[in-house]
Amino acid sequence: MTQDIKIDRVIDARGSFCPGPLMELIKAIKEAKVGEVISVYSSDSGSKRDIPIWVEKAGHELLGVFDRDSYTEFVVRKKR
Amino acid sequence: MAEKLAIVLFSGTVDKLYPVSIIASGAVAMGMEVDIFATFWGLNALRKDMLTTNMKISKEFEEMGQFMMQLMKQKNVPPWYEILKKAKELGKVRVHACAMTFDLMGMKKEDLADFVDDVVAVGEFINIVRDAKITLFI
Repeated sequence: MTQDIKIDRVIDARGSFCPGPLMELIKAIKEAKVGEVISVYSSDSGSKRDIPIWVEKAGHELLGVFDRDSYTEFVVRKKR
Repeated sequence: MAEKLAIVLFSGTVDKLYPVSIIASGAVAMGMEVDIFATFWGLNALRKDMLTTNMKISKEFEEMGQFMMQLMKQKNVPPWYEILKKAKELGKVRVHACAMTFDLMGMKKEDLADFVDDVVAVGEFINIVRDAKITLFI
């Protein structure tokens, strides 16, 4: 599924603990333009709950959550 | 108006300063404003010279302190005050120094970390957080 989505920016937050990856995502979304897609890599288990909740609350779009070998990739589109 | 999280930071041990900065981060992430009232040991921990030298752990977990510190260093967990500074960059987090402690300990504004916003009396703090949605005493 990710093949046909153009990712504008990748944030590698692996090794960072809760709430690090979420905070990095928020910062990146702030800097991004509406419509841009950001991918975050996180090895922190809290992200799996926190990131989808934040994305919904902040009104963006979660395009996908993908479990990789030792981390999870979250793909988010900035909507506003 | 944004919902508010109020934290009374009384403790000055590192193991309690961490949850303060992490919970404050979570709150700004979820769109809340945060007001922290640093009093007594909590304010003492916000002295510039205390930030990097403070290694104190709650008494009941004292024997775990060194192990935890090592573990956190090894796993690259940022210091608690860096987490707090990041939260401040991201949203509205205000750190208020308790005027009573400030006077009692003979502090000057320049003794305190840069992220301390102001010195307020308790009544003023209560007024700031009277509509807080969540209140914590740490």
